[in-house]
Amino acid sequence: MPSRSVGRSVVRKEGRGKVTGAARYIDDLTFPGLIHARTIRSTIPAGEIVDVAFGFDTSGFTLVDYRDIPGRNIVALIDDDQPCLAERLVRHVAEPILLLAHADREALLAADVRIRYREAVPTYDATTSPIAFKTIAIDKGRIDQGFREADVIVEGEYRTGHQEQLYIEPNGVIAVPEHGGVTVYGSMQCPYYVHRALKVLLDLPDDKVRVVQTETGGGFGGKEEYPSMIAGHAALVAIKAQRPVKLVYDRVEDMLATTKRHPAVIRHRTGVKRDGTLTAIDIDAVIDGGAYATLSAVVLSRGVIHATGPYRCDHIRIRGRATMTNTPPNGAFRGFGAPQTQFAAEVHMDRIAEALGIDPVRIREINALRPGDRTATGQRLGRDCSALAVLRETVKRTDFKRKWRAYARLKASRCLKASRYKEGGSRGIGLSLFFHGAGFTGGGEVKLASKASLALTDRGARILVASTEIGQGTRTMHAQIVADTLGVPYDCVDVNAADTGQVPDSGPTVASRTCMVVGRILQRCAEDMRERLGRLTPREYLKRHGPLVITREYERPTDMAWDDNSYRGDAYGTYGWACDVAEIEVDRETWEVKPIAFTTVHEIGKAIHPVLALGQIEGGSAQGLGYALLEEVVMRDGRMANAQLTNYIIPTTLDTPPIDVVILENPYKHGPFGAKGVGEMPIDGPAPAAINALRNAGFDLREIPATPERVMVSEKQEPRHALHA
Amino acid sequence: MRFTLNGKRARLDVHPMKRLLDVLREDCGFTGTKEGCGEGECGACTILIEGMPVNSCLVPAAHADGARVTTIEGLDGRHPLQRAFVDHGGAQCGICTPGMIMAAVALGRKPTLEQIRVGLAGNLCRCTGYSAIYRSIRRAR
Ligand code: FES
Ligand code: FES
Repeated sequence: MPSRSVGRSVVRKEGRGKVTGAARYIDDLTFPGLIHARTIRSTIPAGEIVDVAFGFDTSGFTLVDYRDIPGRNIVALIDDDQPCLAERLVRHVAEPILLLAHADREALLAADVRIRYREAVPTYDATTSPIAFKTIAIDKGRIDQGFREADVIVEGEYRTGHQEQLYIEPNGVIAVPEHGGVTVYGSMQCPYYVHRALKVLLDLPDDKVRVVQTETGGGFGGKEEYPSMIAGHAALVAIKAQRPVKLVYDRVEDMLATTKRHPAVIRHRTGVKRDGTLTAIDIDAVIDGGAYATLSAVVLSRGVIHATGPYRCDHIRIRGRATMTNTPPNGAFRGFGAPQTQFAAEVHMDRIAEALGIDPVRIREINALRPGDRTATGQRLGRDCSALAVLRETVKRTDFKRKWRAYARLKASRCLKASRYKEGGSRGIGLSLFFHGAGFTGGGEVKLASKASLALTDRGARILVASTEIGQGTRTMHAQIVADTLGVPYDCVDVNAADTGQVPDSGPTVASRTCMVVGRILQRCAEDMRERLGRLTPREYLKRHGPLVITREYERPTDMAWDDNSYRGDAYGTYGWACDVAEIEVDRETWEVKPIAFTTVHEIGKAIHPVLALGQIEGGSAQGLGYALLEEVVMRDGRMANAQLTNYIIPTTLDTPPIDVVILENPYKHGPFGAKGVGEMPIDGPAPAAINALRNAGFDLREIPATPERVMVSEKQEPRHALHA
Repeated sequence: MRFTLNGKRARLDVHPMKRLLDVLREDCGFTGTKEGCGEGECGACTILIEGMPVNSCLVPAAHADGARVTTIEGLDGRHPLQRAFVDHGGAQCGICTPGMIMAAVALGRKPTLEQIRVGLAGNLCRCTGYSAIYRSIRRAR
């Protein structure tokens, strides 16, 4: 079949709306009779509500608390532990307690609600927290034997902080009461998550709840589960007031109250032979779930599965724990646990190399996973494993070895003549090798049983999926897959809005699954449609046979197996592979770290739309550099103390180095046109590459972000953790 | 207040201290200008007053009295930058895009890479890592 649009950077479907201002985001919409809502939140991290007093005339206001909930007071997700509105117990600052609504926003903002509490002692330390949302154990081989085979044992502890998704459009929804139920419009990634949560909360049947995604100004995971909460709030008010209700957060509220990336503490103990071969990997990972479970169990799962990094080893033991603290719940963020664990793995790998006196490239060449090798869960890798290819390409392209040695020499001479180098910067170069599983973990895709539909139109076909366009190019890339499979021009395929009243449940738009998994289901729809059409044009077919809608469901590739109890088997259908090199400079006056060059080689199966794929890689890399160097969530007494863009700093044009990207293609046999996932992988590598560059420049950092305070005290610390076995 | 908005004269009865951003979005119906932070940090609300880029979330309506104001809608979809942002990946989620394009318009014709980096330093984009925005601006014709 001639490929017409796949592999070409066709015009993105909603591009024109976005550049002309015509695209409608949630705050751009209004409805007749619309009122505004405001959330009253707890100001303490733990305790009980004693009483609530209103310091204003409540007439003209709609007031909603937990007693107004017709169904169950939970945000339905995995563990139904999180209330939509607190009843008595408070488990974190900014926990929603009450909702107020009024037609006049000024009056709404002026309303003064006083809540008295009986405070309890909060828990902030995830590593000592007595409550675990989830624990996971992965065992391969016999760890004791692995350590017996080792010549050297290297240990280390690594820490990563919170990270705010910081989509530029804050969370927001509008709820409209209609037909004895409710319709919610909003900025979101997963309309069917919201749909299910609303049914449970409102005790309504399927057809009384409709959820429609509006143009969404970024998500990065931050609009995966949180919209179920805000949609529930708006819906409760709308039903009580019987008027349309707008609930749009401002930046401060969005940062204070919504989910962030889980902070993590990860310990490594690794056995290695003198020649560099890994013999034992022992990892203990704790992630801070915050006050409620949200998605912590699955974040932990992806985190521990990726915790070894892309390396082979016969003896592996991994223990993971997601625990409770009295801080706002953490949740989905691009990478989903893997950026934390691969940060630890890759910084640790450079320390292993250092302990053995070999270079960072060599240690990775020796141990990188190859086709035929087995991962920590025992998954046997096929020909689509590209770890060595991305490593070699990156090293060659950046002249890594020469630069790495040159900077290391400079560092040595600087130590001798310290005073002479006080001024001016120190430079370093660092590397990270990483992988990322595409699609839901383990049996997740089977449980989801996602559906996609294709409707025949006069000109071609219309795509009906719940997958959302959040900037990554869903509509465009899906249309390309369908167009080429059906054999029609790209322009003849259009895409329905992600509206639960019209499209089937294609699962959430997360986990780098939208192209590889949903795209493949669509491709099967298109294959069937093509067969049904035979020689007829779409117009002829419709005339002769009437409407045609084809729906297909996810089918597990027959060569995949997974056991959730033992955590063994094929954790993912396939993996993407990538290698980053970061070059940094440390300002020795301010101790700021400036990235000066960044190179990444990504193997993603097939770039359906090269410009979109490149955009994912560049954007994810920049976000990863922010994670590494700038973005610090300061938690004080369980409250984000810097919930503003003035002091939570994300990369600007001036903080972002030129990003050099190479895309390699090694097709996945079950992906549409060979495509693997691409959305998340780019954020796994920049942090360890940048921190390894700091190591090369003479700074021993084990924690991100690398703030000036941390960099300043990390110099000249000798590696003391290499013990001879 | 009276001002020229996107080439047309306009007369409005609004509070002089109302944020210009809200006047444009609510009173004039031009919702192309976005709000990302409301505190002058993100640039999503960038518009042009007398051809100069301004964060409309920080400016009271009175400030625009008698002035020439241009928003993304004022480019009529015909500015070369608009097409270039579509073709070269400068717009992903699109929420920063109107502000980004207005800031880019203010850079004039054929800015150097350094001029672009400095000129856009007040416009945050979380999606692109900026590279595609630079390409879009440099390739616009
Ligand atoms: S909304 Fe005006 S600068 Fe962010
Ligand atoms: S395109 Fe999404 S913030 Fe710039």
